Amino acid sequence: MAELDTSSGGGHKGGPGVKKAKKLSTRVDLTPMVDLGFLLITFFIFTTTMSQPTAMKLFLPKDVDNPDDQNKIKQSNALTLMLGKEDNVFYYEGELAPDASNFKSSNFKDIRDVIIRKKQAVDSNLVVVIKPTDQCEYKNVIDILDEMTINVVKKYAMVDISDVEKQLVTITEGAGGSK
Amino acid sequence: MSRPKIARKSTSIDMTAMCDVAFLLLSFFILTTKFKPSEAVTVATPNSVAAKVAPEKDFIMISLTSDGKAFISVGDSQADKEKKKVMIEEINTRETLGLTDAEIAALVRAPFVGAPIAQLKQVASIPMEKMNGQSMPGIPITDTSNNQMVDWIRAAVVAYQGEKLNVVLKGDNVAKYPAFKNIIAALKQNEQFKFQMVTNPEAVPQGSYLWNANISGKTQDQL
Repeated sequence: MAELDTSSGGGHKGGPGVKKAKKLSTRVDLTPMVDLGFLLITFFIFTTTMSQPTAMKLFLPKDVDNPDDQNKIKQSNALTLMLGKEDNVFYYEGELAPDASNFKSSNFKDIRDVIIRKKQAVDSNLVVVIKPTDQCEYKNVIDILDEMTINVVKKYAMVDISDVEKQLVTITEGAGGSK
Repeated sequence: MSRPKIARKSTSIDMTAMCDVAFLLLSFFILTTKFKPSEAVTVATPNSVAAKVAPEKDFIMISLTSDGKAFISVGDSQADKEKKKVMIEEINTRETLGLTDAEIAALVRAPFVGAPIAQLKQVASIPMEKMNGQSMPGIPITDTSNNQMVDWIRAAVVAYQGEKLNVVLKGDNVAKYPAFKNIIAALKQNEQFKFQMVTNPEAVPQGSYLWNANISGKTQDQL
């Protein structure tokens, strides 16, 4: 270790009356500096790993022209979710009733309970049909796909919305029927 | 006989060595940290519980901004740039744009492609620093009859022939669904049925099915 020689070397010996220069230690307590160093290291380690974006996978089905080739699902196992504007979610179980009596509105907070309830009712044969409207946002689609992952729904499909459903969504949204 | 004297040792330790180590590590971390590159296209991605880390190389990324513009870009590695060159050359010959080698090189150097194919020649002369998400018109996707994303994906399929093509979609929170739908349609038309969507990580809600599964030691892929 390089250390400064603070002892007054040979040259000048303090005689009587000449004040001796006080010997000051050059040793600095480095502990706080070490603390700071490690603090910064921790900071850098944490900030580097946390900004890593993740990716969710989506598998698209192949379009089939022949309706006979399409997968048939049992009506009782189906849950159809429609995504409206301003984070509204609409859903119905099974087939849409002609008078739209089973058309219900919900939101992203409550939809999980709906999915879970349906999943328990049909004993995990659940098939979720997701129908985003043109007014919904990309975030909504990701959120609902995420909801499928969270609730471990194995079978789900994104389907174009039909005109009847589109009208129902618009009417319900216009009437302020969604909470 | 007197007992041997135990030398009184000072309790203060020389911190210099530790300090050296700390700062060496610190400088190592600072230097190796890759700062998030300032992106020309700003996209606020949604959150998801997906645990898989987004790829950093060998991918083509489709960015979808909040105002519904689509941009295409590739990874940062040299191999990715080569692929981009092939893609642009492919578009050039298919659409007979008559781009010169210099113009192709300029387009490859640009951080992203975000203009209708017919305008690529003009875009090549725009300096890189003036290129950003606001000033560029984006790749036309809204019109289903002129969905140019189809052409770009086709070019990408050609460029990545014999290799795995990773398609990454980076969409903005408030981008509208039709734009997303048209991108999906473009991928489907080129028989790319698998793609990934960039999201920010989010905690799995407690008590959910996935949460229970994770506790019992299953990963998302095993479910």
